Amino acid sequence: MIRHANPHLPHAGTEHYDIAGDANAMSDQVVAETPIVAATKQGLLKRLVRRFSVLGLLGLAIVVFWMVIAFIGPWIAPYKSGALSSMDVFGGSSHAFPLGTDYLGRDMLSRILYGTRYTVGLAFMAAVLASVIGTFFGLVAAVSGRWVDEILSRLFDALISIPSKVLALVVIAAFGSSIPMLTGVAALAYIPGAFRISRSLAVNLMTLEYVQVARARGERLFYIARKEVLPNMIHPMLADFGLRFVFIVLLLSGLSFLGLGVQPPNADWGSLVRENIGGLSDGALAVLMPAIAIATLTIGVNLFIDNLRRRGGHGQGDAQ
Amino acid sequence: MHAHAQRLIAARLGLALLTLLLVSAVVFGITGLLPGDAAQQALGQAATPEAVTALRHQFGLDQPALQRYVQWLFHVVTGNFGTSLSNNLPVSELIATRLPNSLVLAGLTTLVSVPVALLIGISSAMFRGSLLDRVLNVLTLSTVAVPEFLIATIAVLVFAVKLRWLPALSYLSEVSSFGGLLRIYAMPVKTLCCVIVAQMARMTRAAVLDQLNSSYVEMAILKGASPMRVVLRHVLPNTIGPIANAVALSLSYLFGGVVIVESIFNYPGLASLMVDAVTNRDMPLVQGCVMVFCAAYLALVLIADLAQIVSNPRLRQR
Repeated sequence: MIRHANPHLPHAGTEHYDIAGDANAMSDQVVAETPIVAATKQGLLKRLVRRFSVLGLLGLAIVVFWMVIAFIGPWIAPYKSGALSSMDVFGGSSHAFPLGTDYLGRDMLSRILYGTRYTVGLAFMAAVLASVIGTFFGLVAAVSGRWVDEILSRLFDALISIPSKVLALVVIAAFGSSIPMLTGVAALAYIPGAFRISRSLAVNLMTLEYVQVARARGERLFYIARKEVLPNMIHPMLADFGLRFVFIVLLLSGLSFLGLGVQPPNADWGSLVRENIGGLSDGALAVLMPAIAIATLTIGVNLFIDNLRRRGGHGQGDAQ
Repeated sequence: MHAHAQRLIAARLGLALLTLLLVSAVVFGITGLLPGDAAQQALGQAATPEAVTALRHQFGLDQPALQRYVQWLFHVVTGNFGTSLSNNLPVSELIATRLPNSLVLAGLTTLVSVPVALLIGISSAMFRGSLLDRVLNVLTLSTVAVPEFLIATIAVLVFAVKLRWLPALSYLSEVSSFGGLLRIYAMPVKTLCCVIVAQMARMTRAAVLDQLNSSYVEMAILKGASPMRVVLRHVLPNTIGPIANAVALSLSYLFGGVVIVESIFNYPGLASLMVDAVTNRDMPLVQGCVMVFCAAYLALVLIADLAQIVSNPRLRQR
C-alpha cells in the first residue's frame, strides 16, 4: 500500500489537517514578509501588536502570566502550602482569603499558586518530551523512508488507537502514579500525534528541490535531516507544541480529578477541584477557582496559537 | 461497487485488524509483562520464596513472555478475558453488564451532537468572517480547551443545585418513566455534547471552507448560483468524506470524555468500571476494558475511512 503524506488514521484533537497544510503557506509568507520587516525596523511592541489580534494578545498575556506564576508562585503565596489558616471551611472571598478557603480551611489562593507549578510545569515537561521524541522519530521515518518508515508508522498507529486517557489509565494501573510516571505517561500519550505531524511535514519537505539537490550532492541522511528538513519544520511544530501542551494539561488535570494523578499532599489544579468537590452544592469558590484557572490557561494558549496560525498565512481560516 | 474500491476496503479492514493486534501487544506489554510479579503482589511482602514460586507456577508466570501473550490473545479472541481480581466474577460478564449503558450514552450523545455540530460548522463556514463566525470561533475554541469536569461541575451547579431541575447523579435503577429517563440522561449527555460539538463544528468548518476555496465553487458563484445552492448542492457532497472523518474523530473523543463524565455522574458504564479497576489495580479487568475501548475506536475510524471511500465517486467507478 502506498503511504500518503496525509495520515488517514488521525487522532482526536490534534488538528493536524490544517497544520500540515501550513508548512508551505508559511514559508511563502516568510519569504514575502522578511524584506518589509527588515526595511521598516518597527519597534518590538508595534510589531507584536501588528501580528496579533486583541484576542491573540490576551492569550499571550495569560500564558506569560501563568508561566511567571509557575516560577514565583510559592514565594508570593500568602500562606504555606498545607497551612490550616482558617476555621471557616469552604469560606467565601474575604480580605484575608481572596479566593476563599478549602474543605480543611486552607487558603485557596495559596493552594492554587502552589499548584501552578504542578499543572504548568508537569505539562510543559511532558509536552517538550512528546514533541522532541515525536519530531525525532518523524524525521527518522521521513528521511529513511521504506521499511523504517513503515515499521515506525505502524507502531505509532497502534499507539494512537489507544485513546490517551485510556492509555494513561492502563499505565497508572500497572505502575502506580508518581510525578515522573505522570510526565512519562502524558508524553507517551502524545508522542504519536507529534510523530504524525512531523512525519507528514518532513515527507512534504523531502520532495522539495533543495532537498533533492542535497541528495544529489551526496549529503548524508543525517545532514539532510538536520540542515535541510528540520529548520523548515520548526514553525509549525511550535504551534503544534502549544496544542499538545493544552491536551496534556487537560489529560493530567483529568487524571488528578479522578484521584489518579498528582497525589496528596501535593496538589495540581485538577486535584484541587477533586478535593473540594464536596463544596459544589454550596457553590463554593474552592471548587470553581481551580477549574477556572485551568480554563484560563488552556483557553489562553488556544487563543494565542489560533492567532499565530491565522496570521501566519493560514489557508483555511484567513478571514480575520 | 467496483474491484478497486473493494480492494481498498479489504486493505483498510486488514490494516485495522493488524493495528488491533499491535494494540493488544502494547496493552499486554504494559499490564502483563513489566510489573512482573502478580504473585508477589498477591501474597504480600512477607511471603516465603517457595510460596511465591508455587503461585507463579499456578498463574503460569514462569512461562516465556511470548507464550503467555499468545495464550492471552487466544483467550481474548474467544471472549475470555479472565477473572476479575477484586470480585472473582468473569471479566466478560462485568463488561457485558456495563457496555450497553455506555453504548446508550454514546448513542444519545451522537444523536444530539452531530446535527448541532454540522449546523454550527456549515453556517460559520458560509458566513466566514462575519460576527457570527467570530463569536462561534471563540466559543468553540474555549469549549474545546476547557476540561470536561469544569463543564460537568458547572452543569451540576446550575441545573441540579441552583435550579433543581435535574438529579446530580444518575441512578438507572430508579427510572420508571420516559420523562425520568430523560432527566437521568440530560446531564451526562449535555456535558459530553458540549465537548464534542465544539470539536466537530471546528473540523466541519475547516472541511467546508477547504471546498469553498476551490475553483469549482468560484465557477458556481459566477454562474449565478445562490449561496444556499452552492453550499448544499456543490460543496456538501464533496465534504461528506472529511465530515465523516471529523464526526468519527470527535466521537472517538467520547472515549476519553466518558471516563470523566461517567465518574462524575456516577453513571454505571464501562468507563467508570475501568476507573474502578485502575484504582483497585485489577489487571484482567483493565485489560478487558482497554481492549473493548480500542476495538470500538478502531471500528469508528474504519467506518470513517469506508465512508470516505464510498462517498468518492472516482474510487467507485474506476
